Amino acid sequence: MALLDYFLRKKEKQVTTASRAKERLQIIVAHERNSRNKQPDYLPQLTEDILVVLRKYIQVSDESFSIKLDNKDGDLNVLELNIELHDEQSNS
Amino acid sequence: MARIIVVTSGKGGVGKTTSSAAIGLGLALKGHKVVLIDFDIGLRNLDLIMGCERRVVYDFVNVINGEATLNQALIKDKRVSSLSILPASQTRDKDALNKENVGKVLEDLGKIYDFIICDSPAGIEAGAMMALYYADEAIITTNPEVSSVRDSDRIIGMLASRSRRAELGLEPIKEHLLLTRYSPKRVAEGEMLSVEDVEDILSIPLLGVIPESQAVLKASNAGEPVILDTESDAGQAYQDVIDRLLGETIDFRFLVAEKKGIFSRMFGG
Repeated sequence: MALLDYFLRKKEKQVTTASRAKERLQIIVAHERNSRNKQPDYLPQLTEDILVVLRKYIQVSDESFSIKLDNKDGDLNVLELNIELHDEQSNS
Repeated sequence: MARIIVVTSGKGGVGKTTSSAAIGLGLALKGHKVVLIDFDIGLRNLDLIMGCERRVVYDFVNVINGEATLNQALIKDKRVSSLSILPASQTRDKDALNKENVGKVLEDLGKIYDFIICDSPAGIEAGAMMALYYADEAIITTNPEVSSVRDSDRIIGMLASRSRRAELGLEPIKEHLLLTRYSPKRVAEGEMLSVEDVEDILSIPLLGVIPESQAVLKASNAGEPVILDTESDAGQAYQDVIDRLLGETIDFRFLVAEKKGIFSRMFGG
């Protein structure tokens, strides 16, 4: 029986540590890539709201406005607003 | 136009400096004008691997601060005249570098050299970000091991978001995977991630596979980059990397374990 076990075990030994490493890496890397690219759910609504407030006072076209939430190394979030003001507005 | 290539990895100790030295010297041996820059401010080591540690007078930070000219700080390699090394400083604080002053130095170097190789420090702090910021290409040095592969993936993310090319919306940095300390025998035994595994996970083009080799330690002991050891497997693998960087298509070598015949087993060949 011991001889039989020996041959059977050889066949079973398919889950190597390398394949476990690959599996674990694929999961964690996919997860981390998602969180890298993900924008928070509230961002579209926040953008709308900010535009509504801005347009009470100044003319802002969609092209001259951009909003970006940046994650700096996990511990610092920066909300960046870019609003282009045109000359005629500053004159009036 | 000089090609600015950053050698990076995220994780430390995977072979960035060894690879920078070998690649820089290899390109210079092919007749190109090459400058190697050590971005590891505070922990310079490229000088030691290149064997020019006793010739350092001025460094990168001296140039940035205007205390020395580029010509004063650049160390000409004694083996190949078309190769220069810009050492990192040993003592100054690492905040000395910023985008403006590094950009100016790279611009000046770009007028003279064909290749600017930036040896990045480990980590994802300011120093590593500065090394990759101006890069046109990146050599992502990776060991076939979980933490190294994960860190490489993070660095690939940084290249795509924190570089000059990303900020200006230019063509993205060209990425190259350099797998180092590869042991085909352990791969065959299922104990090590294979080339295909790492390619699958990181999905960037493969530039080279450097086998785990005793030649690497011997090379750093002597301050002679391993590419000069043309007898060694690692030296030959780096030579292939050079040829690929220069546009040649070359089959990958050293991917399967050498089968030892009875003769070499008996006589330890």
